Amino acid sequence: MQTTYLKNVSTLTLNVDKCIGCGMCVVVCPHNVFALQEKKATVLDLDRCMECGACQTNCVAEAIYVKKGVGCAAGIILGVVKGTEPTCGCSGGGCC
Amino acid sequence: MKEPGLYALGEPDENSPVIVTANYKLTFDIVRSKLVGFNLYILVLDTKGVNVWCAAGKGTFGTDELITRLKATHLSEVVAHRTLILPQLGAVGVAAHEIKKQTGFKVVFGPVRAEDLSTFLINEMNATPEMRQVRFPLRDRFVLIPVELVGFVLPTLLLALFLTGLSIFHHNGLYFDAHEAKIILRNTVLAYVGGVAITPICLPWIPFRSFSAKGALVGIVLVMLISAIMTPWLLIMTAISSFIAMNFTGSSTYTSLSGVQKEMRLAVPLQLAALVMGIVWFMALRLIG
Repeated sequence: MQTTYLKNVSTLTLNVDKCIGCGMCVVVCPHNVFALQEKKATVLDLDRCMECGACQTNCVAEAIYVKKGVGCAAGIILGVVKGTEPTCGCSGGGCC
Repeated sequence: MKEPGLYALGEPDENSPVIVTANYKLTFDIVRSKLVGFNLYILVLDTKGVNVWCAAGKGTFGTDELITRLKATHLSEVVAHRTLILPQLGAVGVAAHEIKKQTGFKVVFGPVRAEDLSTFLINEMNATPEMRQVRFPLRDRFVLIPVELVGFVLPTLLLALFLTGLSIFHHNGLYFDAHEAKIILRNTVLAYVGGVAITPICLPWIPFRSFSAKGALVGIVLVMLISAIMTPWLLIMTAISSFIAMNFTGSSTYTSLSGVQKEMRLAVPLQLAALVMGIVWFMALRLIG
């Protein structure tokens, strides 16, 4: 079962011109967002993206942009209260 | 918390694989238990006792820490090869090409779950697409319930106490009605259960994509089950269940920051309005009589 969240919200963008087709984004993405087609990365389904940022971190060609962050309501509330970026207050096993 | 550093599993030699993990004790123990029978090294990074994915998000399971740990353990003198196996979710914090450039070690991202590590190693470090995907099965949702259960118990009881305090006001004077207090406690706790347990467990089967909408729907169903649809509890219970369910986004494995921000912009004002209107209705009923 593939769980998807809200539609058309992800900030992920892929610059195909810069892409060198190494396939690293396909490897690191935990939600199967990318595929390699004709030696270039392509976005299969943007709505599966959770903005974790693994693809951007590991794109040697700097062809990927995503505003990385935590998809966590408590973290967003904490960020508003503290006046910072959304951040997680907890640690350990459960959430982050 | 596990001491960061290099650990040997079995009897590794200079050609044995190196598995990198976090120093969250549970993570280390799971990794070790899934690799019984192998001879290899486990390199434990200092993630302040936090699991791989969360630590990678915060940057403690990151490029800099890995480089520091490689130097501190003199790994390049311990092993003859130049390959590190990292958990795939560590990719959020570790840039493989930076590690290669700065240390000469090649990073191979292994499977998401430790339970797939042995298969991965046997299959010459090939992960199937199945091993690369994060899911959110019933079992995982179930074990996360205690986190939510504990986190929201105090606010829920405080709200019940507040409502009980308000309930002593009646049009014909001030008095405490034990029967009413019981109903208040039952309904508040029921809505809490809707948000902390029912919504997470039934997550994929409840309509709507937004967690707050799922929680609101569960709240409404609960209100119907106790036949309180035309009472203030419709608003109060729906607001509680919706708000708590919205917070499960933090435990889920597939919600994005942009998505949660979008749902909150709509949901939080509605939840607040429902709660306030519910309380006003609750008061109006007893003051008017």
